[in-house]
Amino acid sequence: MKDTEKKKTRLEKKFDKILIREDTGLIKNKKGSRAFRKLMSNRLAVAGIIIVSVILLASIFAPLICRYDPLKLDLRNKLQKPSMEHLIGTDQLGRDIFARIVYGGRVSILVGLGSALASAVVGVAIGAYTGYKGGLLDKIMLRLSELVMAFPQIILVLLLVTIMGQGLRNLIIIFTLTGWGGIYRMTRAQMLSLREEEYVQALRAFGLNNFSIAYKHMLPNAVGPIVVNITLSTAMFILYEAALSFLGLGVPLNIATWGNIVNIAQDLRYLQFFWWLWVPGAIVISLFVLGINFIGDGLRDSADPMQQG
Amino acid sequence: MSESIETILTLKDMETHFPIKKGVFKRTTGYVKAVDGVSLEVYRGETLALVGESGCGKTTLGKSILQLVKPTSGKIIYNDKTTERDLCRLSQKEMMEVNQKLQIVFQDPQSSLNPAFTIFGSLQDSLKAHGIKSKSERRKIIGDLLEAVNMRREQMDLYPHEFSGGQRQRIGIARALSIEPDLIVCDEAVSALDVSIQAQVLKLLKDIKEERNLTYIFITHDLSVVEYISDRVAVMYLGKIVELAEVEDLYASTMHPYTKALLSAIPVADLDRRKKRILLEGDVPSPVNPPSGCPFHPRCSQCQDICKTVVPELKRFETNGNEHYSACHFAEEQLSQ
Ligand SMILES: Nc1ncnc2c1ncn2[C@@H]1O[C@H](COP(=O)(O)OP(=O)(O)OP(=O)(O)O)[C@@H](O)[C@H]1O
Ligand SMILES: [Mg+2]
Repeated sequence: MKDTEKKKTRLEKKFDKILIREDTGLIKNKKGSRAFRKLMSNRLAVAGIIIVSVILLASIFAPLICRYDPLKLDLRNKLQKPSMEHLIGTDQLGRDIFARIVYGGRVSILVGLGSALASAVVGVAIGAYTGYKGGLLDKIMLRLSELVMAFPQIILVLLLVTIMGQGLRNLIIIFTLTGWGGIYRMTRAQMLSLREEEYVQALRAFGLNNFSIAYKHMLPNAVGPIVVNITLSTAMFILYEAALSFLGLGVPLNIATWGNIVNIAQDLRYLQFFWWLWVPGAIVISLFVLGINFIGDGLRDSADPMQQG
Repeated sequence: MSESIETILTLKDMETHFPIKKGVFKRTTGYVKAVDGVSLEVYRGETLALVGESGCGKTTLGKSILQLVKPTSGKIIYNDKTTERDLCRLSQKEMMEVNQKLQIVFQDPQSSLNPAFTIFGSLQDSLKAHGIKSKSERRKIIGDLLEAVNMRREQMDLYPHEFSGGQRQRIGIARALSIEPDLIVCDEAVSALDVSIQAQVLKLLKDIKEERNLTYIFITHDLSVVEYISDRVAVMYLGKIVELAEVEDLYASTMHPYTKALLSAIPVADLDRRKKRILLEGDVPSPVNPPSGCPFHPRCSQCQDICKTVVPELKRFETNGNEHYSACHFAEEQLSQ
């Protein structure tokens, strides 16, 4: 007897807990909250959010946390080991590496996020309309995207950099030109499946124009995968920037970026004997990219209605 | 039915074929003949039921009428009391005018409402497109519509996932009514609902029709629904109309073996009408390669030689003084059986 009573109370407690959660959930019964809760219950995603926000906040408030100017040369204090004076030492020109990493984050994240957003704007604008409308324009865009994507992206980027020249703005333009294909194809695929939904047919039965149907009524239903794609391609573009700068083709070397910081590792002497010149930069790049990928994966899982949570 | 009869919609030899594309180069290897030569008149104010097994092309026919799917050939003439227009040859602007008069209610209440918008949000754009500029007026119209389908005005600010299947279907009906159409194609409007709710929605559809002088093309595969709601019935098989008659005549003096088989499958309580069940053998043949001759011949219990070679036309007969069309070589023999 006692046993069943105990079980009952435990069960009841559980129910009460669920009820309380439901009640608190009901206060904000918007669609996003469920997905948000699911994201928050994903440990990796939370870790990703923490890592990314720490790095992001540090970059934004760089002047507040750095004692040194990232560009100021101080040849008397070059190649200093990490110390209280210079937290992670100085580089071959005596610049404070901590300041360079923190300020470099501004440029690297700007390039990554800027290129990802610009690619998304281009890819989504084309994909949403042609995917819904079909026809000749759709065929042409599909072939064009295949052409761009079939070409090894890094070679295309190198080619364009040599043509257009180095620079922050050029880099974003080049990344957008070479990177819109993925998100375009994803958006298009989403629209192809949404197109068959009966509410879309109903809108057509009212004679609504194609722009309004595609962008206003259908696109909101494809936002989840698009956001996931933007986060993941932000990480990708940050790596691209690093790779290009490592090759000396990214942002001009005098500007501090994460890629330009690890660029120093090209010199065997620095690579072997002055680890602090490049290891911290490499770690920050990896951490940030990893964090963003965690967030992207978490978003993907929480947006997937087939998974319970 | 002796008042002067006016046709609202005339279909002439309408065909809708979907190309089948295969291989890397997307070559067209054949066609799905979803609608394959349908001629039909719909009278103003009637409910014409369109019945047939799954896959026989009912939905495609309905969508073709509204130009949601482009018919391959044939004419669809719409008579709006003043002019007659062929819907297949209208410009986008002219079609927009006609769209105000032709509407559709869909089969699947799950996918018929946009999950990203509230009911008001998804309905208001069509009102805007048809010239209702002020927001308060749109809210009033949508509220009135919801009340017309026995729902509450305030529910216009809810999202689709907050409604049950029956409610969604009623919202679908409200949407079709929103710009005061003449003719509504109801594509299996009640099939996805359970029986008690089916009855409610059917009654609602009937009441609205009386109130607003509508014409329905009522697509269904459920013959018991047909009896309740329709005036005339067209039976479809493999993209073709095989029989067309007043409801009572179709039930009492069936003139096509396929219709007989369909009718014998409904459970009837009335002992006088209880007949022996005719089992339909085999599946519906593929609409890609329809059988030669009469499309029904491989499954017909009375199949003769002529049925295998000659395609029967939809011929006009009379039963009880009403016109009665049948596409069977032995239509009159069916009556005596
Ligand atoms: N967009 C399309 N592309 C290719 N084939 C199609 C398309 N739409 C329908 N079909 C085919 O046309 C035929 C008729 O389909 P339709 O949906 O009109 O049948 P239905 O009578 O409405 O069936 P149900 O009772 O199951 O709704 C089917 O064989 C189907 O596979
Ligand atoms: Mg159908």
